[in-house]
Amino acid sequence: MSEVANAKSMSIIVTKGTLDWAYPPFILATTAAAMDVKVSMFFTFYGLQLLKKSLDHLQITTLGNPGMEMPMMGMHMTMPNLMSAIPGVDAVCSTMMKNLIKKKGVASIPELREAAIDADIEMIGCQMTLDLFEYEPEDLIPGIKLAGAATYMENALKSDLNLFI
Amino acid sequence: MTTTLDTKGMNCPLPILKAKKALKDVASGETLQVLSTDPGSVKDFEAFCRSTGNELVESSEADGIFTYMIKKSA
Repeated sequence: MSEVANAKSMSIIVTKGTLDWAYPPFILATTAAAMDVKVSMFFTFYGLQLLKKSLDHLQITTLGNPGMEMPMMGMHMTMPNLMSAIPGVDAVCSTMMKNLIKKKGVASIPELREAAIDADIEMIGCQMTLDLFEYEPEDLIPGIKLAGAATYMENALKSDLNLFI
Repeated sequence: MTTTLDTKGMNCPLPILKAKKALKDVASGETLQVLSTDPGSVKDFEAFCRSTGNELVESSEADGIFTYMIKKSA
């Protein structure tokens, strides 16, 4: 194994808990690790969703997202905001997105999280968020650390690169 | 000796992640051949090799398939 040809480090704050926003942190974290960068991810607020044992609940929402154009029947379709108010629309759109992801050979979020674990990426869950939303450590995957802002700061201060996603 | 890794059909960042994993089983000085259909992987394998200290000996394309020869030097 190539031993730290690139002795750099990166810290990422993960704040979002939707299927689409789960991609940037996990793609960058796993790729950085593949490039010998030491990575630490801090999951706070809705980002904590990405540490739950099952990731089946992750969804996208079309609400307030004019940038989301889904390829459909040879065109690109946007969804009127009104549509996302209808129960089930986000679930249907999420299923469509997951199918598209599979069809295009894009990794699934569970697959990328598994790769992150394999690459020994440090994952820290925000204790305050756990308390706030009444989650138990057992709700989250094993092997993660629970900590707070000072732990993130210590990581961030010595990192070459810090991202807020 | 050359090992071949087939990442055809996979999209970013999978070819890089799989290549990194495969390189672990390649001895220093030996070469890993990676096959990909992802056009974005051309620049990505250049960047990957520069950052990890491995040598991109060859990068070519034929019939929509990109072939990379990565010599493990690190």
